[in-house]
Amino acid sequence: MTTRRVRRRIPVLLLVPALLGLAVLVVPLAGLLVETPWTRLWPRLASAEVWPALRLSLWCATLATGICLVLGVPLAWLLARADVPGRSLLRALVTVPLVLPPVVGGVALLLVFGRRGLIGQYLDAWFGVSLPFTTAGVVVAEAFVAMPFLVVAVEGALRAADPRFEEAAETLGASGWYTFRRVTLPSVAPAVLAGTVLCWARALGEFGATITFAGNFPGETTTMPLAVYLALESDPEAAIVLSVVLLTVSVAVLAGMRDRWVRRAA
Amino acid sequence: MRSAIRCLVAAVFLLSACAAPSADSGGRITVFAAASLTEGFGELGELFEAANPGVTVEFAFAGSSTLAAQIRSGAPADVFAAASPVHLTTLVDAGLATAPAAFATNRLQIAVPPDNPAGISGLADLSDPDVVLAVCDPLVPCGAATETVFEIAGIAPEPDTRERDVKAVLTKVRLGEVDAGLVYRTDVHAAAGDVTGIEFPESAEAVNVYPIATLTDAPDPVTAAAFVDFVRSQTGRDVLAEAGFGTP
Repeated sequence: MTTRRVRRRIPVLLLVPALLGLAVLVVPLAGLLVETPWTRLWPRLASAEVWPALRLSLWCATLATGICLVLGVPLAWLLARADVPGRSLLRALVTVPLVLPPVVGGVALLLVFGRRGLIGQYLDAWFGVSLPFTTAGVVVAEAFVAMPFLVVAVEGALRAADPRFEEAAETLGASGWYTFRRVTLPSVAPAVLAGTVLCWARALGEFGATITFAGNFPGETTTMPLAVYLALESDPEAAIVLSVVLLTVSVAVLAGMRDRWVRRAA
Repeated sequence: MRSAIRCLVAAVFLLSACAAPSADSGGRITVFAAASLTEGFGELGELFEAANPGVTVEFAFAGSSTLAAQIRSGAPADVFAAASPVHLTTLVDAGLATAPAAFATNRLQIAVPPDNPAGISGLADLSDPDVVLAVCDPLVPCGAATETVFEIAGIAPEPDTRERDVKAVLTKVRLGEVDAGLVYRTDVHAAAGDVTGIEFPESAEAVNVYPIATLTDAPDPVTAAAFVDFVRSQTGRDVLAEAGFGTP
């Protein structure tokens, strides 16, 4: 079939809302850049409490993403492939944190993993482990909020993938684990990578569940989004500087990962 | 398509007609108040509405610094009641509020869960690094008062979390997530039964004076001024005293 390239006129009724939509997404970020005190940026970066917060954020988001990968990919496989009863219910449950306000997630985590929570009381009594107000608590909160992004991405790809390759591998005598590792996983690698990036970005930006469950203490639980929020009240300029740093990191990682992902998928 | 647009226009028109304030609305004011005023002002608001039929009082309770930042950003509030003069003074300096007047005082108490798991009996016990401690962020008045009492007592406890307002500290104590939290005595009063309050002498050195003022850009300055007068009236003082506040 040959297609003629026609310069199609874009209907105004589509163009106007489309441009407005674009403006809604772009103008606030552009405004942030316009308001940034570029001349004082470097001294502010050097002096402010940027680095402990940024280090903590990167560290926690990466750890949370690691947890999400280790637990989330098998979970996605279970939802896509295994013959488990009530699979659609499980699938719905997994996506709940996606639509749940993060602060509600924080409250729920507190009630379960808090010192007197359903599980937390035993963690405290048996192992002396208490998650709230610790860096580990930040990681748990971020993993809770971010894991659905990974699971949904990987599960979608698994369901779209052709199961016959796996069946072929298994008829050739490969074990289930070997098939998963050498056949299933490579076939959905781009989706795993895309899910990982989304998961990481979501974890990096996590605010509501973190401040509710892990509290706020510099160097321990004050991640970048918390630092931005706190600085906004005392020192708006510092909040802008922190925001620009966070924006830069997110965009850089997304761009870097996307390049690689596109190249691999191509 | 044309009829669809006509429907849309009609719908928008109807909606805007609903949203527009009616001319004879008997006054509706928004009061921004420090989190520690939640109970006291909640009751005062009801009394004020009862005394002024047709008037509605909406409250936004949060940390004083949060509210001050929102007012600076143009939040449509009529009245601001802060937990310390600092946050209102900056607004007065910026021309956003006028004539602040002190209307109540408050002081800190140590709040512990009823079973007092860490056996706290005074301020000095908070220095123990094993005590899980919640305090207010130094930005908000209760946090500033906390720093003052630590300084006076000559101790430097390491808090496990710095919360955004005093109610967040109280919640952490209520849930038993922390062994102790520094809150106002009015918060202990409000959470009677769920937490135990422990007095300490240093709190007398860090009494917070609460100022209230109408805001320059108040949408309803007349009702706003009436509410401020009501808070400062004898009734207002009685209600606040009942909630555990002192008089300035």
